[in-house]
Amino acid sequence: IMADQKTNKEQRYDRQLRLWGDHGQEALENAHTCLLNATATGTEILKNLILPGIGAFTIVDGHRVTGEDVGNNFFLSSDSIGKNRAQAATEFLQELNSDVSGNFVEESPDKLLDNDPEFFHRFSLVIGVQLPESTCLRLGSVLWSAGVPFLVCRTYGLVGYMRLVVKEHTVVESHPDNALEDLRLDQPFTELKNHISTYDLDSMEKKHDLQVPKNYKEKEAFRQLIREGIRKNESGAPEEEENFDEAIKNVNTALNPTKISSAVDDIFNSEQCENITSQTAAFWLMARGVRDFVQNEGNGSLPVRGTIPDMIADSDKFISLQNVYREKALQDAAVVAKHIQSHLQAVGKVTYPFNAGGLPVSPLCKNAAFLRVVRCRSLAEEYSVDSFHKDTITSCMDSPDSEMVLYLMLRAVDRFYQQHSRYPGVYNYQVEEDISTLKLCVNSLLQEYSLNVNVKDDYVHEFCRYGAAEPHTVASFLGGAAAQEAIKLITHQFVPFNNTFIYNAMAQTSTTFQL
Amino acid sequence: MAEREEPEKKRSRIEALTENMLVDGGTTSDWQGRWDHVKKFLERAGPFTHPDFEPNTESLQFLLDTCKILVVGAGGLGCELLKDLALSGFRHIHVVDMDTIDVSNLNRQFLFRPQDVGRPKAEVAADFINRRVPGCRVIPHFKKIQDLDEMFYRQFHIIVCGLDSVIARRWINGMLLSLLVYEDGVLNTSSIIPLIDGGTEGFKGNARVILPGMTACIDCTLELYPPQINFPMCTIASMPRLPEHCIEYVRILQWPKDKPFGDGVGLDGDDPKHIQWVFQRSLERAAQFNITGVTYRLTQGVVKRIIPAVASTNAVIAAACGTEVFKIASSAYGTLNNYLVFNDVDGLYTYTFEAEKKENCSACSQVPQDMHFSPSATLQEVLNYLTDSTSLQMKSPDITTTLDGRNKTLYLQTIASIEERTRPNLGRTLKELGLVDGQELAVADVTTPQTVLFKLSFTS
Repeated sequence: IMADQKTNKEQRYDRQLRLWGDHGQEALENAHTCLLNATATGTEILKNLILPGIGAFTIVDGHRVTGEDVGNNFFLSSDSIGKNRAQAATEFLQELNSDVSGNFVEESPDKLLDNDPEFFHRFSLVIGVQLPESTCLRLGSVLWSAGVPFLVCRTYGLVGYMRLVVKEHTVVESHPDNALEDLRLDQPFTELKNHISTYDLDSMEKKHDLQVPKNYKEKEAFRQLIREGIRKNESGAPEEEENFDEAIKNVNTALNPTKISSAVDDIFNSEQCENITSQTAAFWLMARGVRDFVQNEGNGSLPVRGTIPDMIADSDKFISLQNVYREKALQDAAVVAKHIQSHLQAVGKVTYPFNAGGLPVSPLCKNAAFLRVVRCRSLAEEYSVDSFHKDTITSCMDSPDSEMVLYLMLRAVDRFYQQHSRYPGVYNYQVEEDISTLKLCVNSLLQEYSLNVNVKDDYVHEFCRYGAAEPHTVASFLGGAAAQEAIKLITHQFVPFNNTFIYNAMAQTSTTFQL
Repeated sequence: MAEREEPEKKRSRIEALTENMLVDGGTTSDWQGRWDHVKKFLERAGPFTHPDFEPNTESLQFLLDTCKILVVGAGGLGCELLKDLALSGFRHIHVVDMDTIDVSNLNRQFLFRPQDVGRPKAEVAADFINRRVPGCRVIPHFKKIQDLDEMFYRQFHIIVCGLDSVIARRWINGMLLSLLVYEDGVLNTSSIIPLIDGGTEGFKGNARVILPGMTACIDCTLELYPPQINFPMCTIASMPRLPEHCIEYVRILQWPKDKPFGDGVGLDGDDPKHIQWVFQRSLERAAQFNITGVTYRLTQGVVKRIIPAVASTNAVIAAACGTEVFKIASSAYGTLNNYLVFNDVDGLYTYTFEAEKKENCSACSQVPQDMHFSPSATLQEVLNYLTDSTSLQMKSPDITTTLDGRNKTLYLQTIASIEERTRPNLGRTLKELGLVDGQELAVADVTTPQTVLFKLSFTS
């Protein structure tokens, strides 16, 4: 029966296993996320985590379900009206996937922060939805100190907003789209050189001082060189040779210089990579191992990746070429492993290969060129008059219809809420009056931060019109977007955004800012 | 949050609420506040609304009682679309899907449960929505889109697609184009049925708004859907290098030869025994060439042409489509103009652009397509052009023309007996077939419900 269950889960999750693998799925199934407020946005986010099989979720919500709540939320029914929203939503969400464990706490986030802030320490990730500014900042501070990733989401009329707050998030498997191949044609390693010399291509090595063609002119000359190699038939016309055609087509990309990206350089230069202690996380130990290799055996280059693209060739030649790269990659990986091992010994640790969040060395070397670290500023830094990103805001607002204006409006409605304990324009009769009041909030916000930008009246009007509505389609869009960011954080695969995402459902546009 | 309402306003609000509760008597019992989130966009003026927009209370009734939407596909996008529409006020929804539920759908098609496996998607989806969203009437059609006719499609105000096939998309596109009415060469805009189309693959997706006859249609931008790359036969047959090549060898060459499950038993990608057989043979093939990497998962992926899929991307794209349906139905805002691309592999990336209507689009341009061939070209060359051209990408075209006042079939592959009879024509030249300069050819294909007219121009 156990075997059946496994095959059943493999079948059920097949389409996503092809994206994040069994190890990614395991990370997901070991995760426990907390959702604050089971509004439509919140339940949609959870739905997209429950369906792929997250280990557990806990909803914290002190609200009682209203008729309005049921209207836009698939995970409430009219029978839920009057019940605690966390409880009602948990029942419907739990029903989506029996592999997942659902829990609820009938409490407002503020109360929990007052009485038991350590409650939040147990979660892999906390997702805060439709939180008032003060609660958000309080929670942000608790989670920042505890090192728990925090994802803030809100749907406000036709605007979606997400803010990721995580001190440091490391990624080995970033799975970049369109990565360049690691062929090392500009600096062939010995085994590659030896292998190539078994082909009849001696003439190549003698030109251009062993440099690869760099500019268009040189590359064209190189293509011509290849063309000249094409066999000619009796009448002197070139034969159709697919492999030569393929070579000519790939001159641009195959001859890219082997170099280390600035992202990886930054990782090597990070403090954590430099100072290895017994507390150092697996990622940094691994990065240090790679760095040591680069500075020694690699002569400035990363360990060989070991994969090559398919090329038109007969099987034997291709496989033997592939093996040259594979074997070199294994060799390099072993050296990297030795470096890591010596650091471990130096700090008195024995565990190798890593478990609990670490990865064995092989995926590390394959991904060495794509290592990424995401560091987000805290909410405190974003909100402080001393450290907020004035330049970013000001330069974005050079285009007054940039999504930045939506960010400023969200800050303004938060100010309104602080002053009036409600959002602007909730009831029809309030809309007109609230426009001028909201405008005062906008101005006081801009003044407080000495922001010399123009917020068009149209946006003030529009945000009163929204009346803090949470239309389902906008909530659902955000539900998908946020859930995938959560999965990235949990699996440490693919790269999360940094750090503020704004979605404009009116124009169907979006932007990411670092605030 | 305490209300601070003036008594006058409070009384009129309560009156309005009571009115709402009474109006929907009978089977639907709307509760207080149900449509509050939606109403703000229908009953309030705003600076970004569509020029046609007038705030009023009847719009909601139009959505609830009158507006008819067709959802094409009840899979990853379809389930999301049904939910999104139902919670946006749409109650008259039809959904069409020819498939039954598979266990691998359950990671994202959230209207289905393990016990539903094997049942028709359209029916189970409709059931679920109707039960969960009181008052919503989703009517399912367990059918191929091609099994429904003009009369059926004509009844909808808006059609939204969540398909996984370019052919199907082109077919719907063609159907809506065929419904357009032109009076003296001028398009009668009331015959336009807006088409919202969504597509996803892994972490990528797109959503577009098509106003048939007015804006870029599916065929106008066919280059955005490049044809699937199949490995060359010589690679598969004699020069395999990748594990995929080994699997294709077994699927294409070895299975028909070995007939492992009996005569005439085709390879069924959903049958684990079939996949297991292919997997074992692929391992053997791979071993012959020292190729590593053949796994069961890869085998299944290659045989079934599996595209990875997750709930999140489908949620995003369907939501974007749902928002557009709402905008069109309510005029609350101008619509997406007209193509949105989404990718959340690295952060979140969206790109919005206006796809252009192609002047000589084979589907929507209304003029016969130009075709240039020498009179000594063979019909086979014409056939190749129809299938290989990136702007046409036909699958199995049937070519007819008028000769001596009578309809003549030049080549028809969709009926075996006629295919046999007309096959010799492929080797004949256009001149031999009696075709002249300016000849009009009518071509039928699965990619469109209407025949496409071509005008043959002879080159010397």
